[in-house]
Amino acid sequence: MDEFILIFRHQDGQKLASPEQMQIWMKQTMDWIGGIAAQNKFSGGNGLPFDDAKVVWPNNVVTNGPFGEIKETIGGYIIVKADSVEEAVEFAKGSPVLQGDGNSVEVRKIARADGVH
Amino acid sequence: MQQQELLPHLFRTEFRKIVTVLSRHFGIEHIEVAEDIASETFLSALETWTYNGLPENPTAWLYTVAKNKTKNFLARTTLFDQTIAKSIASSIRIDETELDLSDKNITDSQLQMLFAVCHPSISTEAQISLALRILCGFGIDEIANAFLTNRETINKRLFRAKEKLRLEKVVIEFPLGEEINNRLETVLTTLYLLYNEGYYSESNDAVLREDLCLEAMRLNYLLIENEQTNQHSVNALFSLMCFHSSRFPARKNGSGQMVLYKDQDDSLWNQELIARGIYFLKQASQGEKFSKYHLEASIAYWHTIKADTNEKWMNILQLYNQLLMISYSPIAALNRTFALSKVYGDQEAIGEAEKLQLTDNHYYFILLGELYKNIDKNKAMEYLEKAHSLAQTQTDKQTIQIKMNELA
Repeated sequence: MDEFILIFRHQDGQKLASPEQMQIWMKQTMDWIGGIAAQNKFSGGNGLPFDDAKVVWPNNVVTNGPFGEIKETIGGYIIVKADSVEEAVEFAKGSPVLQGDGNSVEVRKIARADGVH
Repeated sequence: MQQQELLPHLFRTEFRKIVTVLSRHFGIEHIEVAEDIASETFLSALETWTYNGLPENPTAWLYTVAKNKTKNFLARTTLFDQTIAKSIASSIRIDETELDLSDKNITDSQLQMLFAVCHPSISTEAQISLALRILCGFGIDEIANAFLTNRETINKRLFRAKEKLRLEKVVIEFPLGEEINNRLETVLTTLYLLYNEGYYSESNDAVLREDLCLEAMRLNYLLIENEQTNQHSVNALFSLMCFHSSRFPARKNGSGQMVLYKDQDDSLWNQELIARGIYFLKQASQGEKFSKYHLEASIAYWHTIKADTNEKWMNILQLYNQLLMISYSPIAALNRTFALSKVYGDQEAIGEAEKLQLTDNHYYFILLGELYKNIDKNKAMEYLEKAHSLAQTQTDKQTIQIKMNELA
């Protein structure tokens, strides 16, 4: 079994959602992750809040947030266990992130620390 | 209390104290010596009290006799060591100070023994058996009954566990600093399993089962009373036990059959234990870290509210989501799916249930039977039949039979 990281890409991270909307998203996200965890396929994950976000550029240049030049931002990720990338993709399809216009979930296999991959 | 009742009662409460204090006195490698002295003490009581009547203070009498027997034993050992076995390195710690059977020392010894017994070098089954024997004063037959096995198996298990503790040179002492937290985890797991052993035991002896639960609670409470071990997860586990125990009187009907949660008479639930559970859950929630016991206690809390509200099941679902994220278990996965059906409906839950594929687990088929009950009766019956054939125990088969009768 391999591990895959599911990265949540948000089209516009600056757009503010209402607290009610946030709460609904939270619940949907928890239900989605809970469903994966119930299959014993959840390895870990984190939300990535936009507060205190910085971008470090060459020559010690530091800017606020991943905003501005970069339109798309990463809102969080989870790591799942799956037998194939297809299975991981099936998990990703359930992500509430995909309800947002232009949002996407990137699925990437995590390299095993065996020196081959 | 009459003498016939008093002696077994004292055996239950005092045997373990004497063994624990003596073991600490001698070192864990001599647990058997401690058990022998404690047994001899009770034998003396049986002989003496039968002919001479009860002493004024039976407990004090036992302590004095135990002290004297210890002194005699030490004198004999010293003689043996100094004259006969000079060349053999003796390991009995000859501590000339009088055996301390004060309340404080008894409590301290029990706590330290709890940590020694829950040593990671021995299996959890052995930890539970040792705890029952040494810390709870259970007889071999009782332990065998609780584990649904025979004397011989338990004797072997205890023997091997003691050997292992000896080999590992486990010391009966309080772990220091950071070590407490590492070891506390194992202690809590053992207490959790000890409690479950009682709560879900297949043993027909209802009194014994409740005793197991009470002992787990007593030991857990020792940890709460001690400042160093009075940690949030310890309070959370105690809260969980209070909530579960509150339903003891309602779980069985007059003829000893299991009553399902939904059919329980909630006026039989013990409100005092529920209140205590809430108190300790509050104590537990003052920290930042949440253990699985916090989540399980919170789930158990919502179950103390009988009414089926959306709020209740929504909360239970979220708690199961979190529980599964930190600690997966098939039963939590199944319970989560049941909660999901209460929030989003049976159809939605069926889709989630089928992904679990726990096809060797009878609870999986009970769940599917439950979810199909209002959608497709034939299918529901098929699943329940499948569950019935997979179930191992009488209680489980009985529970499934009730559901099948309701469906038909």
